[in-house]
Amino acid sequence: MQLVLDSEQRELRSAVRKFLLDQSPSVKVRAAMVSESGYDAELWRRLGAELGLIGLVVPEEYGGSGAGHVERSVVQEELGRALVPSPFLATAVLAVDALLALDDEAARAELLPALAAGERIGTVAVAEGRSDWDRSGGATTATERDGRWVLDGVKTLVLAGDVADLVLVYAATPDGPGWFAVDSAPHNPAAGLERTTLTGIDPTRRLARLRFTATPARPLASADPAAALDLVADLAAVALAAEQLGGLERAMEVTVDYAKVRVQFGRPIGSYQAVKHGCADMYSAWEHGVSVVRYAAWVADRAVQGESAELPVAAELAQAYLGPAYFEVATGMVQYHGGIGYTWEHDAHLYYKRAKSSELLFGSPARHRARLADRLGV
Amino acid sequence: MSRMSVLEEQQDYRGTARAWLAEHAPGPAAGLDADGLLRRARDFQAALYEAGYSGITWPTDAGGRGLGTAEAQIFSDEAAEYELPVGPFVIGMGMCGPTLVDLGTPEQKTRYLPKLLSGEEIWCQLFSEPGAGSDVASLQAKAVLDGDSWVLNGQKVWTTNAQWADFGAVLARTDPDRVKHAGMTMFIVDMHAPGVTVRPLRDMSGRAPFNEVYFDDVRMPADAVIGQVNQGWHAAVTMLGHERVSIGASRRPRSNPLEFASLVELARSAGVAGEPKAREVLADLFAHERALELFNVRMRQETAAGNPPGARGSVAKLAGAMLLRRAIETAGEVAGAGVVAWDPADTRGPELALGINSSPASSIAGGTNEIQRGIIGERILGLPKEPQVDRDVPFRELKVGTQRT
Repeated sequence: MQLVLDSEQRELRSAVRKFLLDQSPSVKVRAAMVSESGYDAELWRRLGAELGLIGLVVPEEYGGSGAGHVERSVVQEELGRALVPSPFLATAVLAVDALLALDDEAARAELLPALAAGERIGTVAVAEGRSDWDRSGGATTATERDGRWVLDGVKTLVLAGDVADLVLVYAATPDGPGWFAVDSAPHNPAAGLERTTLTGIDPTRRLARLRFTATPARPLASADPAAALDLVADLAAVALAAEQLGGLERAMEVTVDYAKVRVQFGRPIGSYQAVKHGCADMYSAWEHGVSVVRYAAWVADRAVQGESAELPVAAELAQAYLGPAYFEVATGMVQYHGGIGYTWEHDAHLYYKRAKSSELLFGSPARHRARLADRLGV
Repeated sequence: MSRMSVLEEQQDYRGTARAWLAEHAPGPAAGLDADGLLRRARDFQAALYEAGYSGITWPTDAGGRGLGTAEAQIFSDEAAEYELPVGPFVIGMGMCGPTLVDLGTPEQKTRYLPKLLSGEEIWCQLFSEPGAGSDVASLQAKAVLDGDSWVLNGQKVWTTNAQWADFGAVLARTDPDRVKHAGMTMFIVDMHAPGVTVRPLRDMSGRAPFNEVYFDDVRMPADAVIGQVNQGWHAAVTMLGHERVSIGASRRPRSNPLEFASLVELARSAGVAGEPKAREVLADLFAHERALELFNVRMRQETAAGNPPGARGSVAKLAGAMLLRRAIETAGEVAGAGVVAWDPADTRGPELALGINSSPASSIAGGTNEIQRGIIGERILGLPKEPQVDRDVPFRELKVGTQRT
């Protein structure tokens, strides 16, 4: 087990941190979150073409860097710290992981290079009602007509669903669930695809509802589509936990810094035990969070090589721990800032909202704990 | 030496340790009286010393083996498979001994350390007093120089192993006209000397694992000072640092009634392991237990890479105490009133009750949760201290504990 970053991984972290400090400060985050697309297209281009971060886990033969999940979790931490509104989780995590988990070599060769380069935005569409992922494919159907497949149904809570060029849809067929690719470039939108950007509490992360009406789709070969779905879900849980850890870390730092300089009753509020002990609890959550995320990312690397069976437990552990921990810290961030923390002007509310949207994105904490219990054999 | 051969050497070390433990770990203690138990513990400690497993990382001139933390970790991993009778020696091995290694004179090291390591002499630590708990530096026991020896008077409390101890490391005030941290000295006190009284102190679990100790005109020779006169706080901080490491490195017993696996069993026998609420609280307990385990592994890996944990040990200490509270809640959730009363024939009842009744110790001993949060806030996060009214005042003028001298 390796829970400490090596020197290259630490260098990656400081390079990404510096890049985002320069290129995605709060003012740029706020501009992106109210823009039409909901993200900063120029920043996205540089993350892909210049830094090669989007294709981090994509093998070199498909235009990626062939790095691992520990590296990707390091990048996710930094994106979470800076609250960057971006389709990274949708593209670099969900879509990439799905293509790698499936058994469609032609689709990989054709689709991964553009995703890795940041030229196309990808995502997966699985959820229908709540955020739970139904292994049956749900009420969305894929039907073959004259050798061509079409999709019918509604998928929702789709990350970057309003801007994605490539949507990987998990749908039911008469022979069980399957994966289908819907190509919908802005200049050439897919027929029968209606996108609705959802109104949400977290302005830094957009979700969409996608309605498919006889939408042409390309079937993706898979020996076991449901097993691929499980793997994608587990890897996403790990990547999201890393993003949550980065946000937790920054929320804690900003709060501690403020507690050192904000004076009330003649002394810094951080000298009062009520505030100091709250900050200490934030720190304890951070130390545990780092340990859990390093472990889960280490397991993820071994699991995709077929060398570990621990991923199902590690992934739910990561969500069961980090989801509530981040929201708790973000709540404390607002609280210890007092009135200023409750303003639109201060960034505290952005962390609070991101923490809540992340905590529930792949199911409530209670659902994660229930799945953890399943996987522990309780 | 190449990396491979280091790994091979560690493999060898592990194999040898495992075989030694399999052969020498003592059998069941059932039926032994107090003296029998102590004899069994002493015999085992002597065997450990003989085999080179006592003081693995201590320097050779202190009677140790001079090996690295990797070997100590290997031995402790292997030893965790057994319930070894090392209780009488934990204070000496974990706190007093390492402090003497750091601060003792060559004469003190030669005189005391080999017998400490071999279990021939048992040690205790005497810091806390009725009026000085979290604020140890406000202690009132005093030592006065009389001719060429010191005369010690005062009361100490919560003294683990004092009932067996041959020697103690005692912290006493030697200059009340200085500010409180600057007027203390640490001494080696002979626990068999005239004027030493040890009384067992019963804790809330009903057991008496610690004692109160009275010193009435106890004489200590001039060479009993550990470190320097009036530099006792430095010695105390050194010892408390070793204590934190010792608590952090100690492994929980193999079967703990308040850990996840035991509580899953409890839920099964209560017939609720399939209920959503029980499953959820058990999973939550697992998440926190596993997170703490992983944090401890990560700290060990960082230590091995040259970054010792320092004050971050307080995070593990605090988390361990909070975990126990969560486990008690979980036990109640899965077993309901079965936790508070049970059939006399049920052996699990008393174990669980002892776990519940002794858990407050983990939130108090070795620094309360509140003190740990203060350490994290001030020493790790750099938050400002509270205004200190006791900072520049001679000890003689301070208000201390609940009493006045």
